[in-house]
Amino acid sequence: MSEPITALGGAVSQNGIAKVAEAAREGMITLRGDVTSAAVKKALKSVTGAAMPGAGQMATSGSYTLCWMSPDEVLVLCPADTVGDTLTALQNAAGTAHVLVVNVTDARASFTVAGPLAREVMAKLCPVDLAPGAFEPGMFRRTRLAQVAAAVWMPEAERFRIVCFRSQARYVFDVLCVAAQEGSAVGAFN
Amino acid sequence: MLILTCPVCGVTAEETEFHAGGEAHLKRFGPGSSEQDFEEYLFMRENPRGVHFERWRHVYGCGKWFHAARCTTTLEVFGTYPAQTLEPPADLCKSISKKRPGWSWREFS
Repeated sequence: MSEPITALGGAVSQNGIAKVAEAAREGMITLRGDVTSAAVKKALKSVTGAAMPGAGQMATSGSYTLCWMSPDEVLVLCPADTVGDTLTALQNAAGTAHVLVVNVTDARASFTVAGPLAREVMAKLCPVDLAPGAFEPGMFRRTRLAQVAAAVWMPEAERFRIVCFRSQARYVFDVLCVAAQEGSAVGAFN
Repeated sequence: MLILTCPVCGVTAEETEFHAGGEAHLKRFGPGSSEQDFEEYLFMRENPRGVHFERWRHVYGCGKWFHAARCTTTLEVFGTYPAQTLEPPADLCKSISKKRPGWSWREFS
């Protein structure tokens, strides 16, 4: 049996104004369907314990997190070792509801940017208002990160999580490192 | 630079998060239509100086299409509205009239 690995083998860069690191492998399941329907909401709630979040939000319950991706898509984060069981449980719970549930754990790469200047590093790359108060933990934003698509959220203050396509992992890591170069603080949010 | 608000997910972002999809509210003429209708559908586009209606896609966000009304000279965005709309909403036209009295675009004004 081959061992699942992350795209960059846990690359870390902490020479700059924020620590950029590839995140540990985390289970990701995409559910597409009418996420406003009672059947889908109920299925998500029964499996993950979390209520379906509103637009641009995320909801956590225990080790599960639901992220609002679009009006017909939700991303389920779960521990990597339970992703298979969660997938089956979601499929069973959805029953006859018209949904697509797919394990995308290894289709994605995930990074963290941490430190007091993490907001600045992200603001250099994303066309998003990342000022304190405008973007806070609990919000979930799909956006453009330099030249590629990414999803961004804050697990806690001063820490960002970024999810992108696995094939773009090296690009995203490098561009984050450039944005976090030593001496590149802007002071935009001071 | 345009600042657009996606009516689907409510996100307000600048234009690089979106992708322009050409003129809005085109009526398709396919097989069986007259040559002139087909030609107009295929090639004839508005190129106004002033009020314009376009299709946009929130390509880096929720991925959904929507419509936007904007001014091509000042880049002012008058409003955005859902893709499932066959013509500019009346209240949007009214608010444009306040800012650009006498405007017209195709058969709308």
